[in-house]
Amino acid sequence: MTLKTILAAAALGAVAATATLAEEVKIGIAAEPYPPFASVDASGTWIGWEVEVIDAVCAAAALDCVLTPVAWDGIIPSLTGGQIDAIMASMSITEERMKTIDFSEAYYNTPTVVVGDKALDLDATPEGLKGKILGVQASTIHQAYAQQYFTDAAEIRIYQTQDEANQDLVAGRIDATQADSIAMADFVSTDTGACCEVKGTVADDPAILGQGVGAGVRKGDSDLRAALNKGIATILADGTHAAITSRYFKASIY
Amino acid sequence: MTGWRAFMQPHRIFLMALFAGLFLWCALSLRWDWLPEYAPLALEGLWRTIWILVVTTVLGFALAVPLGLAQAVGPWYLSAPAKAFCTVIRGTPLLLQIWLLYYGLGSLFPQFPWIRGSELWPYLRQAWPYAVLALTLSYAGYEGEVMRGAFASVNKGQLEAARAFGMPRLTMFRRIWLPQAIRNVLPTLGGETILQLKATPLVATITVIEIYSVSSRVRSDTFIVYEPLLLLALVYMIIAGIIALAFKKIEDRVPDRPHQG
Amino acid sequence: MESLLDTLGLSQSVQLLSLSPPGWGGNLLRGLANSLQIALGAFGFGLVIGLFGAYGKLYGGPILRDLLAIYTTVIRAVPELVLILILYYVGSDLINQASVAMGYGRVEISGVVAGIWVLGVVQGAYSTEVLRGAIQAIPPGQLEAARAFGMPPLMTLRRVTIPAMMSFATPGLANLWLIATKDTALLAIVGFSELTLETRQAAGSTRAYFTFFLAAGALYLIVTLFSGALFARIEKWARRGQHSLKGGMK
Repeated sequence: MTLKTILAAAALGAVAATATLAEEVKIGIAAEPYPPFASVDASGTWIGWEVEVIDAVCAAAALDCVLTPVAWDGIIPSLTGGQIDAIMASMSITEERMKTIDFSEAYYNTPTVVVGDKALDLDATPEGLKGKILGVQASTIHQAYAQQYFTDAAEIRIYQTQDEANQDLVAGRIDATQADSIAMADFVSTDTGACCEVKGTVADDPAILGQGVGAGVRKGDSDLRAALNKGIATILADGTHAAITSRYFKASIY
Repeated sequence: MTGWRAFMQPHRIFLMALFAGLFLWCALSLRWDWLPEYAPLALEGLWRTIWILVVTTVLGFALAVPLGLAQAVGPWYLSAPAKAFCTVIRGTPLLLQIWLLYYGLGSLFPQFPWIRGSELWPYLRQAWPYAVLALTLSYAGYEGEVMRGAFASVNKGQLEAARAFGMPRLTMFRRIWLPQAIRNVLPTLGGETILQLKATPLVATITVIEIYSVSSRVRSDTFIVYEPLLLLALVYMIIAGIIALAFKKIEDRVPDRPHQG
Repeated sequence: MESLLDTLGLSQSVQLLSLSPPGWGGNLLRGLANSLQIALGAFGFGLVIGLFGAYGKLYGGPILRDLLAIYTTVIRAVPELVLILILYYVGSDLINQASVAMGYGRVEISGVVAGIWVLGVVQGAYSTEVLRGAIQAIPPGQLEAARAFGMPPLMTLRRVTIPAMMSFATPGLANLWLIATKDTALLAIVGFSELTLETRQAAGSTRAYFTFFLAAGALYLIVTLFSGALFARIEKWARRGQHSLKGGMK
């Protein structure tokens, strides 16, 4: 009987699996917490600056958007493979990524910083990080940058999430981490992040660090790209973008 | 020779040709231009994978022997903790165990500043000791259960005979009990070692660089998804094949087990 | 009670784990429900594959048998994590390409369905072997008797083969079910909000890594122990009236 029930359940599952046709736009966000841009709260809802911007952009562009969390280091394959329709996960617009996907106009832009233990004497230059252990998040501009410029570091350790790199920075397993300035400012202001401070901004290299954060879409999906561009332009023009920003940050991040 | 003749049936030749064609198609029409650049890293990763596999199976097995013995014949104060350990290890996902050891322990470090001054700190900073510890405990948990059965199944008459001849207990264990128990579990052990191989990529999630993490690196650097994964699958299949062959060789070399009911 | 928790330094953990916000216990339980749903679906899907696979391996033609041998060997030699990534990306890519080719446009594949498909294919390889062994263990006389009475094949499957092999298959299937529940944790790597990912999110947001990983471990352990007890009862039930077979197994 049990087997029969299980078989019946499986058959039911197969019927339920008959996929529905896509109408809504699936916006891919990173499943791992990335405060203050996107993270889950204790009730299971997604909150943060970027989540509110996604809502505003979709409303302005009259798109029926659904937030779809996917693993950060598989987010581009998820887009090209069709699990999601657009990426809005603080992804910088870089030439390397543009070989694979298209981007909308930028909706925020922040510098890149190096954060380290207060007790350590280091800065955001190749000399300053010589012999130090640097942590970066996988598949980010920071990983690409560190591998290009900080080759004198004792080790570049690659984490799946920035959160875990921060955690190891607090634990003392790494000496410093390179990441986005806003996310890091948020981190060092928390109790856990009290150990550490921003050591400096890295020298810009637009080829690697990109031209700000945009929404990624599949190559050739120009309808969605145009719609997202329109939404971004609208919220920038009507003050929605600034209003959301003022609730999270002291200064503009556009 | 007859075995080979029996294997080469017409449909097999056709299937082999088909797969050779598929393989050739993969080799020629998929993108492999990234391979030369990442080859040194891949070899380093492969070495790390094998190293972790060998170290953790050896250490894990060494731990499994007392665990099995305690459960098979130990007094309750030894058998109960051993059983609890095996149940917990086998009842929770390895990924969770690895994260608990690495990030869970790591989150406790700031509360104990003296740790950073200790002799062990250079090791505690690295990721591989945690990976080795987690995989060793996991292998010990699964093998402890297997060894329990193996120790229990050794013929009691032989042990009694050894005792009757006045053989010291340790010698009896070393010369009669352990060898027979190991011989009994050899076929299982091969399969379990392949399972252990399949568990190694999980340590990539705590920043250990092994062969799986190299493929992730290729994917994130070049956005090529399938090719590194396919090559990775092939590499694991080859290693699994070598393990299976090695265990078969060892099994063939030990004398036939006495016939058991 | 409260003072006791305080002295043990546990009151903070209890608060973090409480079921309603600000506690994250509710999220963990939601994750557990997702994990169990995927595990159950994958186990069932795997059983369907396994039943066909076992029949194919036992009674199929030479090509089918060889193909099934390749399927079970490859799946059992490659790490689940790698298989999940390949099946996850390839699977949805293929479905989408097929759907576009047929003129339907892109389809959506929900996370749960993708998880069931990926883990089900993996489970299927192991189920094939378990069920094949179990079918082979059925005394041939029983199947011959069914055929002699002119029972149609499907009815034989339903009335004789499946009930008779249950007792041989249950221990192996119990093991597979436990593997299915634990393998759902691997889906955290592709970003499914199952128990392990929920735990990771909760741990990351609160920095209480130790508390949450221990709590998740306890949840998995409860599932394991409960399933163990359940399968023991099923096995006892499946073995009813089979004392005479005890010596004849294997």
